[in-house]
Amino acid sequence: MTTLAKALRRPAERAARPGGVGSWPVVGGLIVIAIVFGSLNEQFLSAENLTNLALQLAATGTISLGIIMVLLLGEIDLSAGSVSGLCAAVLAIVHVRHGQSALLAVVIALALGAVIGLVHGLMFTQLRMPSFVVTLAGLIGWQGLLLYVLGRGGTINLPFDGAIARLSDTWLPPWSSWLIVVLIVGVVATSAVLNRRARRGADLPLQPVHRSILRIGGLTVLLGAAVLVLSADRGVPLLLVIFGALVVSLDLVLRNTVFGQWIYAIGGNAEAARRAGIPVTRLRIVAFVLASTLAAFGGVLAASRLAAVNQSSGGSDTLLMAIAAAVIGGVSLFGGRGRPYAALLGILVIQSITNGMLLLNVDSSIRFMVTAVVLAAAVAIDSLSRRGSEQ
Amino acid sequence: MFAVRGVSKRFGAVRALDAVDLDLSAGEVVALVGDNGAGKSTLIKVISGAVTADEGQLERDGVPVQINNPHQARSLGISTVYQDLALCENLNVIGNLFLGSERRRWSLLRKIEMERTARTLLSSLDVRIQDIQVPVAMLSGGQRQSVAIARALVGEPWLVILDEPTAALGVEQTAQVLDLIRRLRDRGLAVLVISHNLADVRAVSDRTVVLRLGRNAGEFRTAETSPEAIVAAITGAVA
Repeated sequence: MTTLAKALRRPAERAARPGGVGSWPVVGGLIVIAIVFGSLNEQFLSAENLTNLALQLAATGTISLGIIMVLLLGEIDLSAGSVSGLCAAVLAIVHVRHGQSALLAVVIALALGAVIGLVHGLMFTQLRMPSFVVTLAGLIGWQGLLLYVLGRGGTINLPFDGAIARLSDTWLPPWSSWLIVVLIVGVVATSAVLNRRARRGADLPLQPVHRSILRIGGLTVLLGAAVLVLSADRGVPLLLVIFGALVVSLDLVLRNTVFGQWIYAIGGNAEAARRAGIPVTRLRIVAFVLASTLAAFGGVLAASRLAAVNQSSGGSDTLLMAIAAAVIGGVSLFGGRGRPYAALLGILVIQSITNGMLLLNVDSSIRFMVTAVVLAAAVAIDSLSRRGSEQ
Repeated sequence: MFAVRGVSKRFGAVRALDAVDLDLSAGEVVALVGDNGAGKSTLIKVISGAVTADEGQLERDGVPVQINNPHQARSLGISTVYQDLALCENLNVIGNLFLGSERRRWSLLRKIEMERTARTLLSSLDVRIQDIQVPVAMLSGGQRQSVAIARALVGEPWLVILDEPTAALGVEQTAQVLDLIRRLRDRGLAVLVISHNLADVRAVSDRTVVLRLGRNAGEFRTAETSPEAIVAAITGAVA
């Protein structure tokens, strides 16, 4: 019993560490998925399929990133799928029907997302409606508006050679991919050295050097492998770079700014945050605005990939997969725990399963059930780690 | 020197405080005791700005001051540690110590400066926490109480109010927290402790102030008073 408790406690302690290594179970899961599907179908690990996988990640991953913003507060956003569809439809209408430039259309779509988030945030903070209900209404209502603005035609095609469609058909040449890898590793290594020097200057305890070296080495190998594989096919997709940049910047903001610290504080104990003078209401509104804006951007990316917007844009399982990705990646539904990288890891897991099952010609009934098991396992780990940390 | 003069507070038909006086001075631990409903909580809420008094006034060094909200209390150098500690369990010790008053340049956290200040503060209070980077959820009850008290000192206050600091603690952890309270006094702070536990009151306080049914019901030099006399004042029995 005690060994079992200890075994459960250990991942729990890791997961509970903000900025720690709570994602090891997911990484392990990914490796298992790669081995299983790779051995069942030689196509799965081919450069071409992995490139497709990378393309499939971006849209839902971006929506998931937005959902993480509200999950960190201990709230939920059920409307993200509908919002992504609606904003994509508005994008298409502005761009195709009214002939405005692609850039303007994207800006309008994102602005609409921000306004929707503001409405959600105000309903949540001012009318004191539970976020579940606010965004459930959003889920239904914005989908209705999507159908309404699309009208009887129901589908708007985006020009294949237009800027929006080309967004998902742009590939980085190898030299620029490698340049990005070198830059990232350079920045990470430099900041590690600078941080170490600053800590020594301030007489603070230092982490063992080998851990930093291991971390940077691992990052280099990982990025290098990704570029190598993707360059063997069409190259690194721009879509993946955009999504990756969003994940990294959101993580940097959450970990290093007062804003991020306060978001985690509210998620941990909103009453304590309020007593400490943190503007809880304003931050909650900002989180909802960010969530819907990111959902809108996810909708834009999805429209770009499909080169069309139709009545099922942002519908069916988009929302559920986005929430599941965040949770599988290690974001706690109870608020205050998890990092934006969860969106990347979680969506990788879900898309790999989807992609692998499609390759194996498995019926989507089986696919849903397998995804459900993975999701349930992820939440079980989260609950156990919570219980462990509460002692 | 901080003084409460003739403060009254009504909640509907209930007279929670009736012309209560209280003096607090630097380098002294005052225990505020009384039965349930005696008005202890209301009194500290008045001092910490959570509640405004109907009558009477608050004085700092003989000058009347207004405390209408917690923010004003803090800027007057009054810091309160609530019974529920108000910690964010998911944040680490540093994050909790600086909650709401994070050191920053523009909007960027100055993590190294905060960590150094946190280490200095904790070691000056002799608070031992193995790793201050772990979430507060991992700490023991006594350590959490210590973190909450240390946080009260981040704003360099003059008066620290502790609401039932030992209520949920075991014997050893209670001893730790009482030591910590003595160190606050040695730093020259005025300390007001609310407690139900007369043993703790005797162990740590210089002066004991008794409230009964919203009124002053006695004031004792703790060391020179028998526990029976304090109990008698609390219950209203003639001593």
